[in-house]
Amino acid sequence: MPLARKVGTGAAFYAAVVVLVLFAAFPFYWMLITTFKTDGDLYNLKSIPYWFNAPPTFEHLKYLFEDTLFVQWLSNSFLIGLYVVVITLVVSLPAGYSLARMPGRSAETLGIGIFLTYLVPPTLLFLPLSRVVSILGVQDSLWSLVVVYPTFTIPFCTWLLMGFFKAVPREIEEAAIVDGCTVMGAFVKTVLPLSLPAILTVVIFSFTLTLQEFVYALTFISSSDEKPVTLGVATELIRGDIFYWGELMGGALIASVPVAIAYNLFLDRFISGITGGAVK
Amino acid sequence: MSAIAQSPRPTWSHFFLDRSEVVGPLFIAPAILYVVVLVGLPFLLALYYSVSAYNIFNTSYAFVGLKNFRDVLESEIFRRTLVNTFVFTIGAQIIGLLLGKIGAMLLMQEFPGRRIARALVVLPWAVPVSLATLAWLWMFDSLYSVINWTLVALGLIDAANRPQWLGQEDLAMIAVTVVHAWRLFPFGVVIFLAGFTSVPKDVLDAATIDGAGFWRRNYQIILPIILPIILIALIFGTVFTFTDLSVVYLLTKGGPINSTQVLGTLGFQVGILSGDVAHGAAICLFLFPFLLIGVIVLLRALRRREI
Repeated sequence: MPLARKVGTGAAFYAAVVVLVLFAAFPFYWMLITTFKTDGDLYNLKSIPYWFNAPPTFEHLKYLFEDTLFVQWLSNSFLIGLYVVVITLVVSLPAGYSLARMPGRSAETLGIGIFLTYLVPPTLLFLPLSRVVSILGVQDSLWSLVVVYPTFTIPFCTWLLMGFFKAVPREIEEAAIVDGCTVMGAFVKTVLPLSLPAILTVVIFSFTLTLQEFVYALTFISSSDEKPVTLGVATELIRGDIFYWGELMGGALIASVPVAIAYNLFLDRFISGITGGAVK
Repeated sequence: MSAIAQSPRPTWSHFFLDRSEVVGPLFIAPAILYVVVLVGLPFLLALYYSVSAYNIFNTSYAFVGLKNFRDVLESEIFRRTLVNTFVFTIGAQIIGLLLGKIGAMLLMQEFPGRRIARALVVLPWAVPVSLATLAWLWMFDSLYSVINWTLVALGLIDAANRPQWLGQEDLAMIAVTVVHAWRLFPFGVVIFLAGFTSVPKDVLDAATIDGAGFWRRNYQIILPIILPIILIALIFGTVFTFTDLSVVYLLTKGGPINSTQVLGTLGFQVGILSGDVAHGAAICLFLFPFLLIGVIVLLRALRRREI
């Protein structure tokens, strides 16, 4: 479809691209500009809001870092992500491999079964899981999220890894086994090193999935200093009817940027994983 | 060559880990265990909650049959919530699919800046939903809304009666639906892009030579080929919208006067904030039949793809 065939259609084409990009990205531009605007500039209906009418300020970021628990929330999120990634790898790597090598249709059924649990939404589980979390004695602590988040990272990553492992030729492990490795040894010594890109993908995705989660965090955690950054920014910077917009947008921006970059870098792998390799 | 490499001295662990019929189940057991304990059992607990009298004041787990479901169905708010949930879900899917298809058709072309355009378009989906929603909350602000400022500046609305995007019942519903579609459409773009590139070029060329125009190529050749993966994406989108809580919770908390209440937010309000766990569970379980239908369709699509 040579849409950009003529100059006229070319202009229309670019106009459409610009509108689409604006719709997608304007809220992020809005975050950026709000973060650096002075309060006087933010809350002024007379001036044009799209640009700075007063010199930019670091006031909001300063407040965010010095007078709120923002740094604590960031480190909470990082810790949660780290632990969840470790749990996910330890559980999903062998599971994905096992599914990739299991003979027959049962593997496929089992794989789809595990994948489907990814579709069981937090909305269905937050009530019973908040009970489970209190039985485990981790309520109102970031450990509750470390325990619960693997319920969606494990199914998702097992599925991704299964697809990747299927692409590793069996002959390589068989050669290792002939040379005296155990099945386990062949997996650790030959398959894992070959799968480093896949493992990296899984690390990035389980990390970003934990950063994106909101419902469980909202349900389980009420202490300010245990909150992950998504929850902290969304709940602690709004006091009653007072919104600290500069700080809110600054916090949202800072927490978003790394996730956005990681996602963009790994997007193609993610897509081929989610469509199960249906699309090359 | 008759000599076979001499196998190392067998040890117990060697013997054990050498058998794929042992290693296979051993490898997958932790994953299954995790899912059973933290998804399966909690789900059963949710089922039991919904037929019990459990709440934070009465922790007796007494069995009350379908009373909770009857109570819920009799409530005006719940019926409104159910309608809202469908409007929200279907509306967001339609907008998301349309924008997804248009976006993919645009981004498929080669043009300078294409990579940057794609990266920017993917943002709404990549960024944590709660944080992105905060930006919209600010854009919908009752006084300092940039959307209203622009509309006033363009002379489209009167400054004296600016729309309250999150404060008027109809507008609030439109606002939450659009924000969710905004969050979802990059996923559509990416899926459509993947689909388009999977259509063999020679098939398209052959069709063009045979005289198929733009629409015919689109609907009789491309669409059937990419349908399975569009279906998968659509089911993902539907499930995530149907069960969404964060967008609505952050933008309106279900208000004004429950006009944007969806199953997720109502379940949260009743089950967690009011502590009426039994009724909250009953509300959330209304999601289940629809999820089940989604899953069955998905399974069919996956099976067809494998063959």
